Amino acid sequence: MNLVEVKQVSKAYGKNTILDTVDLNIQKGSFIALVGMSGGGKSTLMRMIAGLEEATSGVIVFNGHKVRGLNKEARIMFQDDRLLPWMTVMENLTFANKSPEKLAKAKELLELTDLTEHYDKYPTALSGGQRQRVALARALMSEPKLLLLDEPLGALDALTRQKMQDLILDICQKQAITTVLVTHDIAEAVRMADKIYVIKDQGISGRFDNPNYTGSADEQRLQRDHTEQKVLDVIYGI
Amino acid sequence: MKKAKTNFWTKVYPWILPVAIIVFWQIAVQTKLINSQYVPAPSAIVAQAIKSWQAGTLQKNISISLYRATLGFIWGGGLGFFFGLFSGISALFRATFDSTIQMLRNIPHMALIPLIILVLGIDESAKIFLVAVGTFFPIYINTYHGISSVSEDLLEMGRSYDLTNWQLFTKIIFPGALPTILMGVRYSLGTMWVSLIVAETVSADSGIGYMSTNAQQFMNVKIIYLCIIIYALLGKLSDFMAKQLEIISLDWQKA
Repeated sequence: MNLVEVKQVSKAYGKNTILDTVDLNIQKGSFIALVGMSGGGKSTLMRMIAGLEEATSGVIVFNGHKVRGLNKEARIMFQDDRLLPWMTVMENLTFANKSPEKLAKAKELLELTDLTEHYDKYPTALSGGQRQRVALARALMSEPKLLLLDEPLGALDALTRQKMQDLILDICQKQAITTVLVTHDIAEAVRMADKIYVIKDQGISGRFDNPNYTGSADEQRLQRDHTEQKVLDVIYGI
Repeated sequence: MKKAKTNFWTKVYPWILPVAIIVFWQIAVQTKLINSQYVPAPSAIVAQAIKSWQAGTLQKNISISLYRATLGFIWGGGLGFFFGLFSGISALFRATFDSTIQMLRNIPHMALIPLIILVLGIDESAKIFLVAVGTFFPIYINTYHGISSVSEDLLEMGRSYDLTNWQLFTKIIFPGALPTILMGVRYSLGTMWVSLIVAETVSADSGIGYMSTNAQQFMNVKIIYLCIIIYALLGKLSDFMAKQLEIISLDWQKA
């Protein structure tokens, strides 16, 4: 069953068309990745699903309802963490609602993201990885049906990035959250997503099912490399 | 050991130069290196302060000056904040008022003194008005600038988390603008004292400025110096209070 249906959606800024009659279905509980060159419209498509931007034409249906204005059942995690620097970690999680239930939920998420000991720190006292974990916990506060990840790991070092990928995968799988990841990093997309869509030439130019790779670690790495190469071939038009 | 050394440098060191100047000043007057007719010794100024305090004139004049400064600051700062806030958040309000305020800002407010005396006379309202004019513009400019430069990314984040307009203001816009607003408060406290000094020197029968002008007529140099020192101390005190307010409300910046 589809959670999101993008139907014939186009987006233009003045005469500059970014996306042209795009169709995309996102199944409930799936983890998809949108990859492609910069300026290709990946983030624009995600922002339209979140209701932060309106489509020039076409419709986006979310859970059976047409998206008009902010999509309240989706939460977006941005490339920059966008934490409020004047609030502590705990306050950043509960700034929209400080009810006892939300405080309990925040504590639970801090534990899940291994941030319990940092609850009273300001964001400036945290590392890049810790800040993105706070941003992830904040995005999960409202128990969203759809989690939108707009290149959230782009600024992290390789090791922290891998840890964050594992954390996100673990949470999304356990809580069955439908997730859309926008990334430049093909390896990241192959590692995390069930399906990979290449956004190119104002539309979707390729779709790859990403199976659960089997065999030894080396064999799995080879299979992943092969998928990465196929995705890159579509991006570069080879 | 290192911490104690740091404490000395941050707490004591800044006072070494002013204390040395006072000591040199005292010695120079006592040894007649400086003419005490124009520059009285610090000890003579302290003695004059005690004398004026005992006579009741010092505290009376300080009180009336503080009253004028505070009331003028509340009016001017309050209105500056109000106009700055709405210019920052409303395009219509900004289009209506900002050009006019920017034009008025370029008039030196001391140039308004003859007009103020003509319209408001020389009573309290004239002095308070002049202080209000002096404090209005720094707070207006900084509030407007602070509000309009709050990060668009943070605002978008707030909207995407379904915050109401009031929540956007209290959780994001106001805290984001606060460092700039407080900078305006500190600057306007400086213009507050300048405006007050001029107002009390031009037309007054009480206040520190009046005390100084009156002393000039009686050639009492000690009182003139005393008034200058009181202005300096009140200026330093208000700046200290503004700085404490910054420390309390912007503690996140130190993290």
